[in-house]
Amino acid sequence: MNRNAVDLWVGLFVVAGIAALTMLALRVGNLSAANTTDTYKVTAKFGNIGGLNVKAPVTMAGVRIGRVSRIEIDREDYSAVVELAVERRYDNLPQDTSAAILTSGLLGAQYVGLEPGGDETYLKEGDRILITQSAVVLEQLIGQMLFSKAQGDG
Amino acid sequence: MPDATRPQERLIEIRDLRFSFGGNQIYDGLDVAIPRGKVTAIMGPSGCGKSTLLNFIGGRLRPDRGDVLVNGESVPSLNRGDLFDLRKQMGMMFQSSALLTDLTVFENVAFPLREHTSLPEALIKTLVLSKLQLVGLRGARSLMPSELSGGMTRRVALARAIALDPLLVMYDEPFTGLDPISMGIIVKLIREVNDALEMTSVVVTHDVAEACSIADYVYLLGNKKVVAHGTPEQMRNTESDDARQFMAGLPDGPVAYHYPARDYREDLFLEDLNE
Amino acid sequence: MNSVSLLGRWAINSVLRLGRAAVFLAVTLIASVKILRRFRLVVQQVFAVGVLTVLIIVVSGLFVGMVLGLQGYNTLVDFGAESSLGLVVALSLTRELGPVLTALLFAGRAGSALTAEIGLMKATEQLAAMEMMAVDPMERVMAPRFLAGFVAMPLLAAMFTAIGIVGGHLIGVGVLGVDSGVYWSAMQEGVDVYDDVLNGAIKSVVFGFVVTWIAVFEGYDAVPTSEGVSRATTRTVVIASLAVLGLDFLLTSLMFTEV
Repeated sequence: MNRNAVDLWVGLFVVAGIAALTMLALRVGNLSAANTTDTYKVTAKFGNIGGLNVKAPVTMAGVRIGRVSRIEIDREDYSAVVELAVERRYDNLPQDTSAAILTSGLLGAQYVGLEPGGDETYLKEGDRILITQSAVVLEQLIGQMLFSKAQGDG
Repeated sequence: MPDATRPQERLIEIRDLRFSFGGNQIYDGLDVAIPRGKVTAIMGPSGCGKSTLLNFIGGRLRPDRGDVLVNGESVPSLNRGDLFDLRKQMGMMFQSSALLTDLTVFENVAFPLREHTSLPEALIKTLVLSKLQLVGLRGARSLMPSELSGGMTRRVALARAIALDPLLVMYDEPFTGLDPISMGIIVKLIREVNDALEMTSVVVTHDVAEACSIADYVYLLGNKKVVAHGTPEQMRNTESDDARQFMAGLPDGPVAYHYPARDYREDLFLEDLNE
Repeated sequence: MNSVSLLGRWAINSVLRLGRAAVFLAVTLIASVKILRRFRLVVQQVFAVGVLTVLIIVVSGLFVGMVLGLQGYNTLVDFGAESSLGLVVALSLTRELGPVLTALLFAGRAGSALTAEIGLMKATEQLAAMEMMAVDPMERVMAPRFLAGFVAMPLLAAMFTAIGIVGGHLIGVGVLGVDSGVYWSAMQEGVDVYDDVLNGAIKSVVFGFVVTWIAVFEGYDAVPTSEGVSRATTRTVVIASLAVLGLDFLLTSLMFTEV
């Protein structure tokens, strides 16, 4: 095979390989949406976060507006501190926005849902969301139900 | 005729070469001097290490003791860069020809030129075609090595060996396995190339007739040493038993017909053959 | 010879081989830096190692993706979770099947060819002839092949994975009726560019390095006879496959066990 044909095939090969990599990064891994956007961080305290993970979605009205970026324990009151990375274009969340840990479907993955308040000032980098609702832990729920049922019978 | 004993007339000088490989001693004090501008044949029975000698001249092996001088330079003590520079002055034709199987005849001959020079394409073409013309294969330039006969392959290998116009060309068993016509061509070419291009040739072979017909000087190896040396004429009339056995092809002599064994009669009564 | 001394001899030979392979790698890497000036040699080898392997990679990738679509759907539908089909297919391929299967196919197609080619060059004295022509075979023969394998393997793995995801789409969406938008969005929601795609790519780079190293070394180290070359070729496929699977376990446990 002559030189030009070899060059052409190798060129096509490299283009195809890079195209495949690009497809994996953009179409499959969603690089454009996940990591290229600028975010600001706010924190929220929860009594119990259930099975929430880092990178879980943060949504408002069902639309994903960010991700959970860090989870740790407050050294003083032993509650969970969840850091939320919210996309910069949603910079008009009211100060009195509330956060709840919700479950998609009955047994699905957990995420943080935000509910906007009515304040005129907006949340900014480093602020804390004060109104929070912990995760619903299924075992506790079942335990409560059995307990109340037993009380009602007695 | 120039006297091979005068140092400036020697292109290659091997002094007291000792070498062993895998527990076998191959050379035990070998002395060879190869005169400049001549065809020297190195002969000897199979397995006496005559082809290995070419690896010492080319610096692919290092001796345990002794020295190998090529054009005044001590090959074993050269560093890699100098050794590679020296090798550009040497051409070698392998027994298997060793053409690069993925290149055409033309590209095979052009290979040393492309690797070591940055000559323009037109000049490379002129040089390659002139070497191919010399070996009579200009018309076969676009064939692949797999399409050539054994004799043609050797001729291409010869053209490649002389592509850089080296000082020295080494031939490893050039006559083995060729039909009489191809053999005649190679014999003629070795002589012609040597004289026309003013090179020095070293031919390693065990074909006595062919070697004597072209060589100016003959070395006979055997038993880890040089057994005899001289002009072909001197070798034919040699007094030495070893040399006479080899030159005349006698079945028995200093190289015994029988592999060393115990007494035949005793052997026949043995129960276990492996004992 | 008794079995204990056979074992001992085997152990000694293995350690010697490993040492030779390590020295060989070091020399090849140095030669690879030098050969970059003559990039054409590498391009020619990318053709032999990469382009000629594309067909088997594309066909295998398509079928593996289709099988994943079928099997994944049948399992997921029992839990009413067939909407996650895209995620299952994409995660299996990017993390594991893409790099591993590509490396195994690469060892079988390109690795064996490399070993056989180099082994034959050795057996027919082509390597010795190059040395005598003052051309270093490590630079002229080994380094371009090594670099080509190293470059080609990650590209092949990316093609395998991409084609596999398309194959899963073909079956899941085209035949089994999963919604196309759901297939892609579930994938985009669950596949992380760094954790999954990048780690998969790192795996394929490591596998490409190791498989090519083994293939080129086995050719160079082959006994220069036709029997020796055929043995070396077999050894390339066996050792490279085992190395890929073993390394995959190691890399997976390093990459995916946190959280």
